[in-house]
Amino acid sequence: MRLSVEHVTTYRYDPPVRGVVQSHRLVPTECLNQTVIGDWVVEVSGGIAGAPFKDGAGDMIRGWSLRGPVQEVQVTVRGVVETRDQAGVLRGLREGIPPLAWLGETAPTAPNPALRDLAAAGVGVDGLALAHDLARLVAEAITWTPGCTDAATTAAEALALGHGVCQDHAHALICAARLRDLPARYVSGYLFAEGASGEAAHAWAEVWIEGLGWVGFDPANRCCPDERYIRLGCGMDAEAAAPIRGVARGVAAESMQIAVAVGQRQQ
Amino acid sequence: MTTYFNEMMDKGAVRAPYAQLQGWVEQMPAELRNLKQAEAEALFRRIGITFAVYGEGGDPDRLIPFDMFPRVFAAQEWFRLERGIKQRARALNAFLADVYDRGEIVRAGRIPARLVYLNEAYEKAVAGFRPPKGVFSHIVGIDLVRTGPDDFFVLEDNCRTPSGVSYMLENREIMMRMFPELFASNRIQPVEAYPEILRRTLASVAPKKCPGEPNIVILTPGHFNSAYYEHSFLADMMGVELVEGQDLFVEGEHVWMRTTEGPRRVDVIYRRIDDAFLDPLCFRPDSMLGVPGLMDIYRSGGVSICSAPGAGVADDKAVYTFVPEMVRFYLGEEPILQNVPTWQCAKADERKYVLEHLGDLVVKEVHGSGGYGMLVGPKSTKAEIETFRAKITDDPDNYIAQPTLALSTVPTFVDEGVAPRHVDLRPYCLVGERIELVPGGLTRVALREGSLVVNSSQGGGVKDTWVLAE
Repeated sequence: MRLSVEHVTTYRYDPPVRGVVQSHRLVPTECLNQTVIGDWVVEVSGGIAGAPFKDGAGDMIRGWSLRGPVQEVQVTVRGVVETRDQAGVLRGLREGIPPLAWLGETAPTAPNPALRDLAAAGVGVDGLALAHDLARLVAEAITWTPGCTDAATTAAEALALGHGVCQDHAHALICAARLRDLPARYVSGYLFAEGASGEAAHAWAEVWIEGLGWVGFDPANRCCPDERYIRLGCGMDAEAAAPIRGVARGVAAESMQIAVAVGQRQQ
Repeated sequence: MTTYFNEMMDKGAVRAPYAQLQGWVEQMPAELRNLKQAEAEALFRRIGITFAVYGEGGDPDRLIPFDMFPRVFAAQEWFRLERGIKQRARALNAFLADVYDRGEIVRAGRIPARLVYLNEAYEKAVAGFRPPKGVFSHIVGIDLVRTGPDDFFVLEDNCRTPSGVSYMLENREIMMRMFPELFASNRIQPVEAYPEILRRTLASVAPKKCPGEPNIVILTPGHFNSAYYEHSFLADMMGVELVEGQDLFVEGEHVWMRTTEGPRRVDVIYRRIDDAFLDPLCFRPDSMLGVPGLMDIYRSGGVSICSAPGAGVADDKAVYTFVPEMVRFYLGEEPILQNVPTWQCAKADERKYVLEHLGDLVVKEVHGSGGYGMLVGPKSTKAEIETFRAKITDDPDNYIAQPTLALSTVPTFVDEGVAPRHVDLRPYCLVGERIELVPGGLTRVALREGSLVVNSSQGGGVKDTWVLAE
């Protein structure tokens, strides 16, 4: 499937700040699941680009900085990606981090008794079946409801609430998988969301299945990523995998606006 | 009763390296000694070398007690130590380069994968990244104790930011000022080249993007840090800038330092802050101590960070057990320095042994340092032992145990005259293009009679450490 992406994030600072530094994970992962067609453009209004590099997880990272005073930063991402359905399996990504390292724990993915119960309830004859079952349990326990959680909500809180968005689903599944000794990580990306839950800026989880590799699970849509998904990068949790991380110098109220459009391109 | 190796006296005879000191101490009248001790204290006070101790309250600018009786190694003794220390520093760096690359030692089954990759100090952010010259730990502080003429044991390795080298340099400086005659009658190898060798070492790992003479800085968390004196001392001695995170910023492909003449590019950062605080965009988002964006510049080859982020995975107390294995695996050599036998409380059978022998063992926290959270079985009360029993049972993974070593003693000035006190040694091995070690180190001494804990936070003092020329 050929998908076009137009992703604009606008940050506003009031009063203006003395400078901004950002770290981007905004280039589609190089793997068999997807190929960038033509130029992939990332623009930062008034930004000075750092040197791009690939990190240990295979993500393309690039730093940006802006001299102050900064009142507004607009990050524009634009490009076309050819995607291929790989039945949820991430194929052909070169990475340097051993799967085992993704078993650790972070604050948003830390277990509590309810998450332990959920993880213990999962059944499966092998890792793959177990991961599917855990994804099902998470989807049943957390109903997709926008607006009732935020970026700081933990897996435990979302589970207690019984409602959440893709970030909460992913955190809960990551926690449950790790509890069952399956390495798991958070994936940021885009979704061509015709009739699907969630927004075009999307997130899901990947679980390491011995013999198969990293397999994506999207509890919010009760499926594995297919050709509607574009993968940008991964991390231990939402914050670590964030497409844009930033710090502003100075004290100001920050507001952020995101507009993402993912459409299908005629070939 | 345990007998302790006395480094000066052996069966009633003075050992060769201490021959000159025998007469020196015998001829020193008590009044002169008191006078000199007061003078030493005044000198330390004047240069401002103090050590604030966490969690103890009291005088934050307290001096670490300085003992004027030097600790002496013969050239031959040092020769062997030096080879052992350099060997260990090489193996530790080879291990770091390996576990952030293909992890051959793990694949070969020589060290458990979980111990490495699920270690708190393992940094995913630098997996696959090779720092300049492949060096991760540029200053390796190796804590050694001695139990006999030829028996040295490594207590722990410090691959991140070992402190204390300023004491090595200041102790020497003060001894030379107070007792010049000792330096005339003994052929003592100099240590004062350390700052220059450190500077050279740091310069040798400048990034590729640095075209000429690298600009080196020391990054300190600030004056409230207990080792701040050392940070500013080393900056002075090396002739480099001492900076805090707010003095630096990233722009384009480089890190820059704010100066009165405008921004100046920074090529090598000798950081004295922990990984977690280096860069809020990569590690702890709430950290104010670091430089936002630093890790992106580092990983794209614009700046060198010493020690490299992630170096801590080599000096973890549980990984320590495997250092002799690293020496064999990477260097194909037998380790020259021995490890102290260590029981992992995480393992059921070893925990059982530890709990049955708490009265004889030293118990430490896996991630602890500075002598805090430690049990010295033979020197502890029943209640203290029971407290540790509960702690270990509660969180076994967090504890290791070792036999109580018969630490050697060195004569030390005490109220009653001169008496043996237990010591350890921390030499500072520098790793860059070359591996170098100045002949000396920091000798810490447990000033309380019978005490085996040399940490300054627990009543330890320091001594000048001599290595004699051949």
